[in-house]
Amino acid sequence: MTYSINMTVNGKEVTGEVEGRTLLVQFLREHLGLTGTHVGCDTAQCGACTVHVNGRAVKSCSLLTTHLNGADVLTIEGLADGDKLHPMQEAFREYHALQCGFCTPGMVLSAIGIVDDNPDPSHDEIRHELEGNICRCTGYHNIVLAIEAAAKEMRG
Amino acid sequence: MYDFTYQRASSQDEAISNYKNADDARYLAGGMTLIPVLKLRLDKPSDLIDLGDLEDLEGISEDNGNIVIKAMTNHHTVNYSDLVKKHIPALATLAGTIGDPMVRNRGTIGGSLANNDPAASYPSAVLALNATITTNMNNIEADDFFKGMFETALEEGELIKSVSFPIPEQAGYQHFPNPASRYPIVGAFVAKTGGSVRVGVTGAGPCAYRQSEFEEAWSDGNMDPERIKDIKISPEGLNSDIHASAEYRAHLVNVMARRAIA
Ligand SMILES: Cc1cc2nc3c(=O)[nH]c(=O)nc-3n(C[C@H](O)[C@H](O)[C@H](O)COP(=O)(O)OP(=O)(O)OC[C@H]3O[C@@H](n4cnc5c(N)ncnc54)[C@H](O)[C@@H]3O)c2cc1C
Ligand code: FES
Ligand code: FES
Repeated sequence: MTYSINMTVNGKEVTGEVEGRTLLVQFLREHLGLTGTHVGCDTAQCGACTVHVNGRAVKSCSLLTTHLNGADVLTIEGLADGDKLHPMQEAFREYHALQCGFCTPGMVLSAIGIVDDNPDPSHDEIRHELEGNICRCTGYHNIVLAIEAAAKEMRG
Repeated sequence: MYDFTYQRASSQDEAISNYKNADDARYLAGGMTLIPVLKLRLDKPSDLIDLGDLEDLEGISEDNGNIVIKAMTNHHTVNYSDLVKKHIPALATLAGTIGDPMVRNRGTIGGSLANNDPAASYPSAVLALNATITTNMNNIEADDFFKGMFETALEEGELIKSVSFPIPEQAGYQHFPNPASRYPIVGAFVAKTGGSVRVGVTGAGPCAYRQSEFEEAWSDGNMDPERIKDIKISPEGLNSDIHASAEYRAHLVNVMARRAIA
């Protein structure tokens, strides 16, 4: 059985026919072609699939598309304003907070969620809040520095 | 994941009656346990009944010396709630240790209690604070709720509506997290309410339980950590897995209980 759904993704209205079991990440990648959202573990552990739903960071590998009918979704593709990167993306670039880049889309969306909740986080707070995002390359240190710098920029 | 029929309930009554009418339904709350379980094909429900639209199942209030948290309230909301931080700060702290921010943004207190994972965080607080779980059928006392591994006093289709926590004089929570999953390997919630001390332990056994040896040692209300320091907990019946042996868990129970109120 399929269900008609509609949602806003990166500011655009989208519609689709999905099964009850279609995961949000499948809908984003396979139906909409938004492959910036990655699947690392598929078991809700690594955070590579993090997107925002109605302004909150969530793991798109563990949510049903039907459950999110009517929701407002933000993915990595929706962050930059034309050629101008989001301050978090810019800070990741500036601080060399990525190597292979696989975890980065999820890291960036998680990081924005961290700053939304806590506009001036300490290193310890950033590390605690990053517990749901795994990076195999960087050792996290530059990610923490990037988030700190972006938070400063976002506070204005 | 096996496919299923997806239904979105528009009222509690509709959720309950649709559950009854379906072959083998499950309620869907935050999905942070249920969806991973379905993805692993550990369960094969005919229908999922989504509680996501039931706004009357969300929110936190103070009622007559109790903090009442409705079933669909997520962990983030409890962690950041001014009311919880003011009256039961240890409960707000506990909510902030569950999984990670993305899990806390979706996972709910009702889902956590209904699931009764041996390592779930909330059950330790429910036991230590002597909370009452209100369903569409009953008010269930904490001591009667947790029956065993993934087993509760809930009947088929019974819906958790809210959890009511009496405001304690003093409470603390401490856990030793599994570094990969963030679930507690052992967690201890210690609370003194109306002069009496209760200790809820999670992660150590098949489901959360009260550590009566510690409660006795602190029965006059003086929760001096030194008083329990030499009490040896038996590893008999405790969980043993790749993360920690039963002996190590038994040791952690004592350490976590002392740190909870240190
Ligand atoms: C990476 C990760 C780390 C986690 N770490 C922790 C942790 O450290 N500590 C911890 O406690 N938990 C942890 N969790 C679990 C998390 O807290 C879950 O959110 C919670 O256990 C289930 O809540 P849910 O709202 O997601 O429920 P769901 O997954 O939607 O449902 C779980 C079960 O409860 C039933 N149910 C849901 N709501 C009700 C209701 N109102 N009445 C009756 N039945 C209901 C469902 O039918 C289902 O059987 C973690 C999860 C993940 C993915
Ligand atoms: S792919 Fe979703 S958490 Fe790893
Ligand atoms: S940059 Fe490679 S996994 Fe994080």
